[in-house]
Amino acid sequence: MREHTFFSPARLWAIVVKEFIQMRRDRLTFGMMIGIPLLQLILFGFAINSDPKHLATAVLVADHGPQGRTLLQSIRASGYFDYVRQVSSEPEGEELLSRGDVQFLVTIPVQFSRELLRGARPTILIEADATDPAATGNALASLQTLIRGALEHDLKGPLGYLSPGIDPVELRIHPRYNPEGITQYNIVPGLMGVVLTMTMVMITGLAITRERERGTMENLLSMPTRPLEVLLGKIIPYILVGYVQVGLILTAAKVVFHVPMQGSLILLLAVAMLFIIANLAVGITFSTLARNQLQAVQMTFFLFLPSILLSGFMFPFRGMPRWAQYIGELLPLTHFLRIIRGILLKGNGIAEIRGQVWQIALFAVVAVVIGVIRYRRTLD
Amino acid sequence: MSAEFAIDVRGMTKTFSGRTVVNGIDMQVRTGTVCGFLGPNGSGKTTFIRMLCGLLRPDGGSGTCLGHDVIAGSEAIRREVGYMTQRFSFYEDMSIAENLDFVARMYSVPDRKRAVDESLEKLGLAGRRRQLAGELSGGWKQRLALAACLIHKPKLLLLDEPTAGVDPKARRDFWDQIHGLASQGLTVLVSTHYMDEAEKCHTLAYLAYGNLLAYGSPKEIAQGSSLEEVFIRLMEGSPDNYES
Repeated sequence: MREHTFFSPARLWAIVVKEFIQMRRDRLTFGMMIGIPLLQLILFGFAINSDPKHLATAVLVADHGPQGRTLLQSIRASGYFDYVRQVSSEPEGEELLSRGDVQFLVTIPVQFSRELLRGARPTILIEADATDPAATGNALASLQTLIRGALEHDLKGPLGYLSPGIDPVELRIHPRYNPEGITQYNIVPGLMGVVLTMTMVMITGLAITRERERGTMENLLSMPTRPLEVLLGKIIPYILVGYVQVGLILTAAKVVFHVPMQGSLILLLAVAMLFIIANLAVGITFSTLARNQLQAVQMTFFLFLPSILLSGFMFPFRGMPRWAQYIGELLPLTHFLRIIRGILLKGNGIAEIRGQVWQIALFAVVAVVIGVIRYRRTLD
Repeated sequence: MSAEFAIDVRGMTKTFSGRTVVNGIDMQVRTGTVCGFLGPNGSGKTTFIRMLCGLLRPDGGSGTCLGHDVIAGSEAIRREVGYMTQRFSFYEDMSIAENLDFVARMYSVPDRKRAVDESLEKLGLAGRRRQLAGELSGGWKQRLALAACLIHKPKLLLLDEPTAGVDPKARRDFWDQIHGLASQGLTVLVSTHYMDEAEKCHTLAYLAYGNLLAYGSPKEIAQGSSLEEVFIRLMEGSPDNYES
C-alpha cells in the first residue's frame, strides 16, 4: 500500500462516513436539515400570497333596490371580498372592523337605487382595515373598474343615458387606522412580538439543558425542590429582560418611526407580560425536552420559523390558505400581533382584544403543564 | 429519632436498558459510622448512592434510609441527606458565598446568613467568599462542595469519590473532618479508590459489577493480608469480569 503523506482519500472517506453516521444519530439536526427547507418551500410556495383574496367583508345594506344587489354581487365576483356578515347599523360594522373580524365594511346607502336612476351619483362607502396595507391594497385597487363594469350591464336600454362618460356611482374608500398606508406602522409593532418570541424562547430554552450539561442538574435534583419551583424560578427573572426589550422597541416606535399610539399603553404592557410568560414557558418546555443546549436552540427555530411566516407578521394573515391560517391561530405571536396592532393603531380596549388574550393565556398554561410533566425529577 | 441503622436496604436493583448495574444489594450502615464503598469503575457505586438519595428510581428493592421508606419517602430523605457528587456540581459562575447561600435557601436553613458565615469560617473559606467557584483549585472545590453538603445539617452524608484528584494533605484534612462529623453522630457513606482511606472506615462494602462481594470491617475483610490484595483477588474471581 502506498503512503499518503499529504492527502489520503481513505482518511477523507473515513471522516465522511463518520460524519454521516453522526448526522444520522443526531435526529434533531437531521430533522432540521430536512424540515426547514421543506417548511420554507411549503410556506413560501403555497401559504404566502401577496395578493390576498377572499377577505372577510361585512355589508351594510340600507337600500334594497336591484342595482345595489348587482353591485354587491359583482364586488364579490372579483374574488377579493367574501361577505361573511350582514350588519344592520354603522356602529355594528365599526366594531367588527375594530376587532379585526372583517377586513372591509361595504355600505350601500339609503335611496341608492333611486339616486342612481336620477343620475345623482350616489356614494358607495368602503371602509378598510388598513393596518396592514399589503392586505387591502389590491382589493381596493380593483374596485373602481369593478363597479363600472357591474353597472354597465344594468344601465342599458332605457337607462343608457346614465352610462357614458363619468362614473354613475361615487366610490368613497376609507382606509382606516393607517390611512397613509405606512408599512412601518404595521411592521414595527409586529417586530416587538417577533423579537420577544425569538429571544424569550431561546433564553429559557437553554435554562435546563445548561444545568444538565454543566453537571449542576445532579445537585439541583438532589435538593428538596418541586418542578414548578424550578421552572417558575427560571421564568421569572427573564420577564424583566422581556420588558427591557418591550421598552426599547416602544421607544423606537415612537421616536424613530412615529408609530401612532391610539390605545392604552398600560393595557399593552399588561398583555406583553402575558405574551412574555407564554414564550418563556415554551422555552422551558423545550428545555425539558432537549438533551443539550444545541437541541434547545434548534427547537427554538422550529417555533420561530412558522411564527414569523404564519403569524401575519411578514405577510397578510388573510392571504394564507385555510390550513396555514389554522396553524397560525395556534401560535401566540399571531394573537399578540393582532393585539398590539389593535391597541396601537386602532385604539382597541380590553373588549376588542379579549378574544386574543385568552388564547395566549391558554397557550402559556399548556406550555407550563407540559414542562412540569416533562421535567424529570430523577436522572433516569 | 436515633435508629440503629441509618441505611437499611434489601435487594436494591437498577437496570439501564436491560443491563443490570446494581444487582440486589443488601446493606446496613449503623448510625454514626463511616462506611467505605469500594469497587472498580463502573461497578455500580454511583448508581447505588443515587438510588439512596432519590436521584434514580430503583427497579427493585425495599428498606429505609434515615427511617424513611427508600422509595416512597425520597422527598423526606432528600431533606436530611447531604450528597456530594463525583463531578463538581455547584455553579462555577457564582461565588463561594453565593453558592452556599443558594443551597441554604433551597433547604430552608434557619438563620441563613449566620449558617453561611459559620460554614465559611469552619472551612477556612471566609477570606475567599467572593471568589468564583470556577476559579478554585480541585482541593478548594472539594472543600466548598463538602461545606455546601453540610450546611443544612444532614444526618447522612453520601460522598461519591470525594477525594479523587485531591492532594495528600487535603485528603488527610478531609478525612479528619469526616471522622469528626461521624463522632457527632453523622453517618457517612463514602466511595473511594484509595486503600489508605478504606482502612480509616468502620465498615467496608466491596462492589463489583453490581454485586456486593464483601462486607465487614477492614479487619474482617483483610484477614491478615492487605486489603489491596484481597480486593484484587475478589475482582479476578468475580463471575462477570468484563469491562462495562
